[in-house]
Amino acid sequence: MIGTDFIRVLYIDLTNKKADIQERKDLYKYLGGVGVAAKLLEENMKKDLPPLDEQQPLIISIGPLSTIFPVVTKAVATFISPHTGEYGESHAGGRLAMAIRNAGYDAIVITGKAQKPTYLVITDKTIEFKDARAMWGLDVEEVGRLIREREPGPGKRSIIRIGKAGENLVTYSCVNVDTYRHFGRLGIGAVFGSKNLKAMMIMGEEDLPISNLKEYFKTYQEIYKKVTQTDAMAKYHELGTPMNIKVLNAINSLPTKNLLQSNFEHADDISGETFAEKNLIRKVSCVGCPIGCIHIGQFRREFDKGYEYESIAVSYDHELIYALGSLLGIKTTDEVLQIIEEVELAGLDAISTGVVLAWATEALKKGLITREDTLADLEFGNTMEYIKAIDNIAERVNEFYYTIGNGLKEAVKKYGGEEFALLYGGNEMAGYHTGYAFALGQTVGARHSHLDNAGYAYDQSAKELKDEDIIDYVIKEEKERAILTSLCICLFARKVYDRPTILKALNSIGINWTDEDLTRLGNDIFFTKLKIKKELGYSLENYKFPKRIFETPTLWGKMDEQKLNRLLKMYIERVEREYENWSRGK
Amino acid sequence: MPKVLRADNMNKCLGCFTCMLTCAAVNHNNHNLAKSSIKVKTRGGLQSKFAATVCVACKEPACAEVCPTNALVKRPGGGVRLIEEKCIACEKCVSACIVGSIHMDYDRKIPIVCKHCGACVRMCPHNCLSMEEVRE
Ligand code: SF4
Ligand code: SF4
Ligand code: SF4
Repeated sequence: MIGTDFIRVLYIDLTNKKADIQERKDLYKYLGGVGVAAKLLEENMKKDLPPLDEQQPLIISIGPLSTIFPVVTKAVATFISPHTGEYGESHAGGRLAMAIRNAGYDAIVITGKAQKPTYLVITDKTIEFKDARAMWGLDVEEVGRLIREREPGPGKRSIIRIGKAGENLVTYSCVNVDTYRHFGRLGIGAVFGSKNLKAMMIMGEEDLPISNLKEYFKTYQEIYKKVTQTDAMAKYHELGTPMNIKVLNAINSLPTKNLLQSNFEHADDISGETFAEKNLIRKVSCVGCPIGCIHIGQFRREFDKGYEYESIAVSYDHELIYALGSLLGIKTTDEVLQIIEEVELAGLDAISTGVVLAWATEALKKGLITREDTLADLEFGNTMEYIKAIDNIAERVNEFYYTIGNGLKEAVKKYGGEEFALLYGGNEMAGYHTGYAFALGQTVGARHSHLDNAGYAYDQSAKELKDEDIIDYVIKEEKERAILTSLCICLFARKVYDRPTILKALNSIGINWTDEDLTRLGNDIFFTKLKIKKELGYSLENYKFPKRIFETPTLWGKMDEQKLNRLLKMYIERVEREYENWSRGK
Repeated sequence: MPKVLRADNMNKCLGCFTCMLTCAAVNHNNHNLAKSSIKVKTRGGLQSKFAATVCVACKEPACAEVCPTNALVKRPGGGVRLIEEKCIACEKCVSACIVGSIHMDYDRKIPIVCKHCGACVRMCPHNCLSMEEVRE
C-alpha cells in the first residue's frame, strides 16, 4: 500500500461466500505485481491437486506505482496453469489496476468454487457475490454490457469476464479485461470457469492521500516528459506493434502457414501500415498511460443482401496478426479482424488458438485427422472455415475439439504430428522465428512466453551468436523483467524505466529502496517461480524441440538442432547451480 | 483576462485519465482519481466515445445560488470558488449543477469543485482540453 509498510490482501472464498482482509508486512519485500503474486501462489497452491481443482488459488495483484506513475498500468495474475500444468502468470492492462488501487487493495486471492454461476462485485465498501446464472453461456461483450447496466460507477470501474471457452474449461481460454485487454495466456479463463466465476467488477473511492506532493509530482512530470517527448515509446503510438510484421517478414522471421515458411507473400497486405490505412479508427489507452497503444480496427460485414452491413471494431496487435493472420495464411486485414472478433467473443487466447488451428490444418492435409473430426475444411487462407472451427473449440463440439481444447500438447499425444506442432515448453509459440535466443527464451522462460526474456530482441540485435552470451542475456533479462513486472510497469515502457528512474519513483513515494534491493528482488522472483515449477513437477530434462523449427530458415539461417540442445543444456546447468546457491541462502 | 477550462476536443481522447490523476493529485492531494474535478468517462462501454464532465463556468452559477452558507462565490470569468470553512456539506450544490460537475468528497466532507487552474490541460497528451480566455 502507498504510505504503509504492508501489502493489503483481500482473500475471497467462493465456496462459503466469505472474504477476509490481511495486512501482510512480510510480503512487502516482494514489492507488488509478479513478486507478490508469485509468493501468494506458492503459499496457497495445492501441489498435489489438479490445476482446476476448486481449492487452487487465483491471484491478482498490482504494485506500489500502479496508476500513479505514467505507463504503470498492468495487473498481474498467477495461478496453476491448466494448459501446462505448471506455473501460470498473465498480465493485463486496461482499468483493472486502477480499480484495485482505488478499492484499496494490493492483491486479491480467490479460492473455492461458487455453487452457481456467480459474478463478484468488489469495492472499497463492499464485497458481493451475485447471481450470474443468466450470464452463463453469453459471450464476453454481452456480459460486459449487462454488468455495465446493472452496476454503478461508469468511468471508475473495471469489468473482467470469461466467454464460453472459459466456462467449458478450454485450457487456453482467457479473461477479457475491459473490452480491449486480456489476461491472455495459459488458461486463466478455465480457472475462472472451474470456480463458476463468470465475471468480476471492481471499483472504489478509497482515500489515498499523498504524503509528499512536491517530490511525487516532480518525479511524475519528469517521467511523463520522457514518455511523451522522447522517442522512447513513439512506435507504440504510431503503427503500434504491428509494425513488426513488415520488419520480421523482411528478415525471414515471420512464422507463416504453420511455419512452413518464415516469410509471407501477403505480408504487405496485412502489415501494420495496411491496417493503419484501411482499418484503424482510433487508439485508446490503459489508465495512466499517455501513449495510447491500443489500436482499434474496424471492418464491415454484409449480414444480408441489399447493402445490409454491420461494422465491427476490435483491437489488433502484432501477436494477433501473426497467430490469426500469417500463421493461417490469411491474406487481408478485414479477414484477420474477422477472425480476431470470433476469438474475442469466445474468450480464447489468440496465440494458442492460431497455433492449434495451424497444426490442425497440416494434420488434416497429412491425414492424421479427418474432415469428420474437424467439421470444417481447414485450409490456409480460408477464413470462414477457421471461424467455424473457433466456435467449435469454445463449444468443444466433438472428441476432436475436446482434445484440441486441452492444447496442442494433448492433441499431439492423441493424433501425432509432433514434428510440426509449434510448441515451446508446452506453450504455443509467439510470433517470432528469429533464431536461437527466441527458441531458448520461450522454452525456459518462467511462463514460456516470449516476453519473459525477449530472446527475439537478442536475435535481432546481436552481431554474432556466442553460446555464453545467449545464456547470459536470457537469464539477465528475465531477472530484470521480474523487477519491471513486480512494479507492474508496462514492458513497452522498459526504456523509460531504467533502474535510476525506478528508484526515483519509489523514493518519491517514500519507498527507500536501493539498487541492491532491486537486484535482490529480481533474483528472488526468478527463483521463487522456479521453485513453484519444480514443486509442480516441472523439468526440462529430455526436452525435445519440434522438428519444424529447424526446417524453416530464421534470420540466422536454419537453426542447428545440436546447437539449440547444447544451449538448453548449458542453461539448465547454469540455472540449477544458481538455484542451489539461492536456496542455501534462504 | 481570466481563463476557463474547456473540453472541446474529446474526439481525440485516449481515455488515459492523466487529466484526472493530475487534478486529484495537485488539487486534492490524493492518488484516487475519484477526487478529480474533471471526470472522463465513456458514453457507455469502451466501444463508445469518451466524454468529459467539466465545470462549464456559468456566469450565473446555480451551485452558488443554492448554497445556504455562501461557501461558493462567483469566480472572475465564470464558475465558482469554494470557501472550505463555510461549507456544511449539505450537498445542495451537487444537485443544482445540471451538468453534473460537482460531487462530494466524503472523506473531507466538502464538494469537489473545479478551480479552472489548467493543471489537467497541461498534462493531457492529446490536447483534448484547453484554457479559454473569457471576459469577466
Ligand atoms: S455542500 Fe457546501 S458548497 Fe455545496 S451547497 Fe452545501 S454548503 Fe454550499
Ligand atoms: S459547478 Fe456547475 S453550476 Fe456551478 S458554475 Fe460550474 S457548471 Fe455551473
Ligand atoms: S488526459 Fe486528455 S487524453 Fe487523457 S483522458 Fe484526459 S482528456 Fe482524455
